[in-house]
Amino acid sequence: MIAYLIRRILYAIPILIGVNLLTFALFFVVNTPDDMVRMQLGVKRVTPEAIEKWKQQRGYDKPLLINSAATGTNTLTDTIFWQKSASMFVFDFGYSDDGRSIGREISTRMGPSLAIALPTFLVGLFVYVSFALLMTLFRATALDIVGVALCVVLMSISGLFYIIGGQFLISKLWHLVPISGYAGGADSLKFVVLPIVVGIIGGIGSSSRWYRTIFLEEIGKDYVRTARAKGLSELRVLFTHVLKNAMIPILTGVVVVIPLLFMGSLLTESFFGIPGLGSYTIDAINAQDFSVVRAMVFLGSVLYIVGLILTDVSYTVVDPRVRLQ
Amino acid sequence: MNFIPVILWSDALVFLLIAACIVATVYVRKREHLLLPWRRVAQSSMAMVSLLVLSLFLLVGLLDTLHFRVALPQTNNGEKVYSPEVLSVFDKVVEPLRTHTEKTYSSPFALTLYAKESITDAQGNIVREYPRLRFGGAHLADEVARDVDVMKRAATGALMGALVGGLVAWVVRRRFAQTAVFVTILVASIIIGAVANLATAYHVLGTDKVGQDVLYLSLKSIRTGLIIGTVTTLVTLPLALFLGVAAGYFRGWVDDVIQYVYTVLSSIPSVLLIAAAVLMMQVTIDTHPEWFTTSASRADLRLVFLCLILGMTSWTGLCRLLRGETLKLREMEYIQAAQSFGVSSMRILTRHIMPNVMHIILIALVMDFSGLVLAEAVLSYVGVGVDPSMISFGTMINGARLEMGREPMVWWALASAFSFMLVLVLAANLFADAVRDAFDPRLNRTETK
Repeated sequence: MIAYLIRRILYAIPILIGVNLLTFALFFVVNTPDDMVRMQLGVKRVTPEAIEKWKQQRGYDKPLLINSAATGTNTLTDTIFWQKSASMFVFDFGYSDDGRSIGREISTRMGPSLAIALPTFLVGLFVYVSFALLMTLFRATALDIVGVALCVVLMSISGLFYIIGGQFLISKLWHLVPISGYAGGADSLKFVVLPIVVGIIGGIGSSSRWYRTIFLEEIGKDYVRTARAKGLSELRVLFTHVLKNAMIPILTGVVVVIPLLFMGSLLTESFFGIPGLGSYTIDAINAQDFSVVRAMVFLGSVLYIVGLILTDVSYTVVDPRVRLQ
Repeated sequence: MNFIPVILWSDALVFLLIAACIVATVYVRKREHLLLPWRRVAQSSMAMVSLLVLSLFLLVGLLDTLHFRVALPQTNNGEKVYSPEVLSVFDKVVEPLRTHTEKTYSSPFALTLYAKESITDAQGNIVREYPRLRFGGAHLADEVARDVDVMKRAATGALMGALVGGLVAWVVRRRFAQTAVFVTILVASIIIGAVANLATAYHVLGTDKVGQDVLYLSLKSIRTGLIIGTVTTLVTLPLALFLGVAAGYFRGWVDDVIQYVYTVLSSIPSVLLIAAAVLMMQVTIDTHPEWFTTSASRADLRLVFLCLILGMTSWTGLCRLLRGETLKLREMEYIQAAQSFGVSSMRILTRHIMPNVMHIILIALVMDFSGLVLAEAVLSYVGVGVDPSMISFGTMINGARLEMGREPMVWWALASAFSFMLVLVLAANLFADAVRDAFDPRLNRTETK
């Protein structure tokens, strides 16, 4: 297993290099740094000096790939590619346009993001699986049909509606919790409840329906018939046999998103004013702060690859037949 | 001619899509084995009802795709000058909706504006009053007569609608056996009749911040949603099909390279990749203003780019499915027989493999549609969606969201955008389910007709 993990991690390196090259191409080759500056400073009435100054302050005044003016290894390192893109491999994200360290921002904003994302994920998973099990238990009855119809309707509603509707109903009409904002420590509870509830309701349609399909596929198999023939109750069959065997398809979709929880949710955080990584990204997109977006793209793909490796490891935990070689 | 047809990029893609649909229909109609799954779709009343609803949306979207520019009265040395405003046939059909703009917000069926203004009354005194709308209920003397008038207009409209709907249902009675279809035709035509009759005299769904009719905005948004939902898959379909099938069939280094490419693309969280690509596209568009003759063509190119970008991030899933299916197919006896006869790889791919993965493509196409329509609204909110000047569900929601805090609340624009989206996406989801059930070979069916 150790050998497998090492191989997977080594395999991740070319992928990350690919991500890095792709973002580099997107941010520096499709549009030159000059275009970016004009975007930032406005197209009209901007002097060449101002452009040069802006570029120099942020280190965009270097050549893209090869610095022919420098000597030795500096020909490669004193370039935009080396300093802005390749440095991300050691998680050195540089500075945002307003001069703050991106790495520092990421570490402070991770907490609020997790405070929302983790409970949403855990409670959500529990709710979705329970709802799906309930539908499976009452399959082909009126309850199941109503449940599926409800799922289809729920998944046809825009995620924006849940957020706006939740804010209107719970905060504005009933005054139960504040509409948006965040505070540290125990105070955070009243701020995080609404985003979590909204997040769970928003995902209930597609997730429960998906889990129901998985359970139904399992329940048609031979071992289930055997279990019933032994005289086990339907509940017992469902919980001890079907649920366990459905773990593999469930884990495939679930484990991969766990590391990405760190990134938070763009929509939820910006609507509820949570100072997490999601709202950080949205602010960067709106302010067209390319260095932050670049950093988040890289961080996101690193976390995704970690998620893929974790998925493989989780298979060995739930299914002893799986051996990683 | 006092107008000039305009074909925007997205229009051209829509025409291409229609042409492809027609060719496919002609091809399928002649072949019983390809027609069979469609017969199964036609048997499901749920599918037919949702298809009916979808085709109403499609009709609006198609009319809205035929663009033109009207000639202006003045000429430039004998040469005709055309208005910079690009209109569509749909705009002409609903001309009153488009031109009846008020000053600012007004609620549905209102006679007055949402906010008080200073008005000089008959005696010359300045009073704070809700001013009357220019068009909404302008034929009425006062508020009292409104409810009766609304009822009367709705009833006549509904009656007309019912008559037309009944006629349509009678004409198509042999084609469709399901009662649900007839009920839908009737209900839809009654609603359309009533709304159409009311819309000439009132703002049925109110007006927005700059006084545009919300019903008009909602109907215009349909085209944007449909284009995002269909063109996105269309533009990247060749890529996914070609790469997926090639990876599965040739294996070896081809497979390695293609797998590498799609692992890289799919390892970036899609919202971030879209955001990064859209930001870059924005810079390119902003630095090349000379590319565009009208603001509509600029907004349109942005829409097409958005489709491309969305497609670039979503083709990987389809590519992976196609690769897996091809891996399975290439071990089948008939492929091996073709190989041993010395049939060229190209021919095997086009004659034997591609027809057998078509069901996967079709299922992916219909399943992706609703997700893309919903994604547009979210992306426009994040600021990386369609051009702010383009009417879409996302821009409508985005504009209305800021008015949530007002007292009394401006709810109608939000409610309309969400309801139109819900109907469209729900119909698409139900239709997609029916298509998947009919085409998925994994479901074993006993009835073979």
